[in-house]
Amino acid sequence: MPMIELRNVSKWYGSFQVLDDCTTRVGKGEVVVVCGPSGSGKSTLIKAVNGLEPFQKGEILVNGVSVGDPKTNLPKLRAHIGMVFQNFELFPHMSITRNLTLGQVKVLGRSQEEAEAKGLKLLDRVGLLSQKDKFPGQLSGGQQQRVAIARALSMDPIAMLFDEPTSALDPEMINEVLDVMVELAREGMTMMVVTHEMGFARKVAHRVVFMDNGQIVEDCTKDEFFGSVRSERAQTFLSKILHH
Amino acid sequence: MLEFDWGVIWKYREALWDGMLTSLQLFAIALAGGIFFGTLLALARLAPWKLVSVPAAGFVNLIRSIPFIMAIFWFYFLTPMIVSKFTGQQGEAVGPFTSAVVAFIMVESAYYSEIVRAGIQSIPRGQPAAAYALGLNYWQSMGQVVLPQAFRNMLPVMLTQAVILFQDTSLVYVVALKDFLGAASKAGQLTGRIVELYIFVAVVFFILCFLASHAVKRLQARLAVGR
Ligand SMILES: Nc1ncnc2c1ncn2[C@@H]1O[C@H](COP(=O)(O)OP(=O)(O)OP(=O)(O)O)[C@@H](O)[C@H]1O
Ligand SMILES: [Mg+2]
Repeated sequence: MPMIELRNVSKWYGSFQVLDDCTTRVGKGEVVVVCGPSGSGKSTLIKAVNGLEPFQKGEILVNGVSVGDPKTNLPKLRAHIGMVFQNFELFPHMSITRNLTLGQVKVLGRSQEEAEAKGLKLLDRVGLLSQKDKFPGQLSGGQQQRVAIARALSMDPIAMLFDEPTSALDPEMINEVLDVMVELAREGMTMMVVTHEMGFARKVAHRVVFMDNGQIVEDCTKDEFFGSVRSERAQTFLSKILHH
Repeated sequence: MLEFDWGVIWKYREALWDGMLTSLQLFAIALAGGIFFGTLLALARLAPWKLVSVPAAGFVNLIRSIPFIMAIFWFYFLTPMIVSKFTGQQGEAVGPFTSAVVAFIMVESAYYSEIVRAGIQSIPRGQPAAAYALGLNYWQSMGQVVLPQAFRNMLPVMLTQAVILFQDTSLVYVVALKDFLGAASKAGQLTGRIVELYIFVAVVFFILCFLASHAVKRLQARLAVGR
């Protein structure tokens, strides 16, 4: 059973179709990179996976649980899917430590000490233990994103979703975040990553999904994608992002 | 012709102090109730269900479109009528203070709901999304993530509204409630020293509101730095 499975998912904003019959899957331990031009529906797709974006047609299963089913306990499902956003979305009014413990305490019911121990261990792992008492606003973008990854990991996720985690960062900070993600991928984390960092895709992705106009145009292995991209649209896209 | 006798203020200090206590009491209850119910109203207006948001919006717009003084009047004269209609008993069911409290809470909650709504909308949508992504539910996301940030942004506006509210408490003279202004009027009528007493009332209001406005400015400056 795949960890994440999308079956013929469609979504409309009024008469505008954002997702058009999208079908794909992410196996356990697999890393899937999603790319495509701006406005092609990548964010919408990845947010549909943990129920942040409702959809009108099709089905999404995470670990066998249907996301679109009204009977599904979404908070419970989301608690075990880590999500990292383009703009970090740390809680600015809470210390780094509090950011790391909030979900563990409120959602998983862990004790404050247990949550703190876990959070600080992960903070250490992303190399930011010394920042534990600071507030998000006092950290650089790259540091904030690493904290955001640690926050997601503190919930012991069965899969991680990334929505352009490096595109709001200054170039010199991109690698510190990608390094953390590469390490995570190599440890066998199931990951669905919207990104245009093709270096990352080459290094750790198993498959690449290419989207355009709400459709999944390409869904193939990394080697196929970088070797002989079949669609013209994907080729144009690749040549654009590789040459800027 | 103008010969002031400031001694009357000292002479009536107890009545004036009692009036001030009534004003402050009304102010505190109206402020707390207004913020509490205003927050609930704002959440209702922002709810995705029309069944909840439309009545909330209707209430807020209705209240905001009638003069404050009329709301106070209404509650004073209407509530006993409604109560007696339902209970079949005659007479004044609620006193002026209670009816004033109800009127003030309703009006203030309508005003505060607009402030809170703007405050909630000032928080980027990614914040509740991140809270939900961690598995927090609606109330946890609001209570832990959205409202604390929204209130911080709103604090100066809320304090400004509180200053206006404090000034508005003097409107209760229409239902013969002895607030600070009412006590001063009464003393003025008894002694014929109405000018002195009204000047005193004005000075006290001015000092209190001036201090509060000053606090708002300082707060605004501090919040701007802390960003
Ligand atoms: N709330 C909304 N109402 C209407 N249209 C929307 C809404 N949100 C997104 N869209 C549209 O849906 C399309 C897909 O948006 P989405 O954010 O998923 O694209 P994306 O591939 O992530 O783009 P980007 O690379 O710019 O992040 C866009 O055309 C966008 O304008
Ligand atoms: Mg996007």
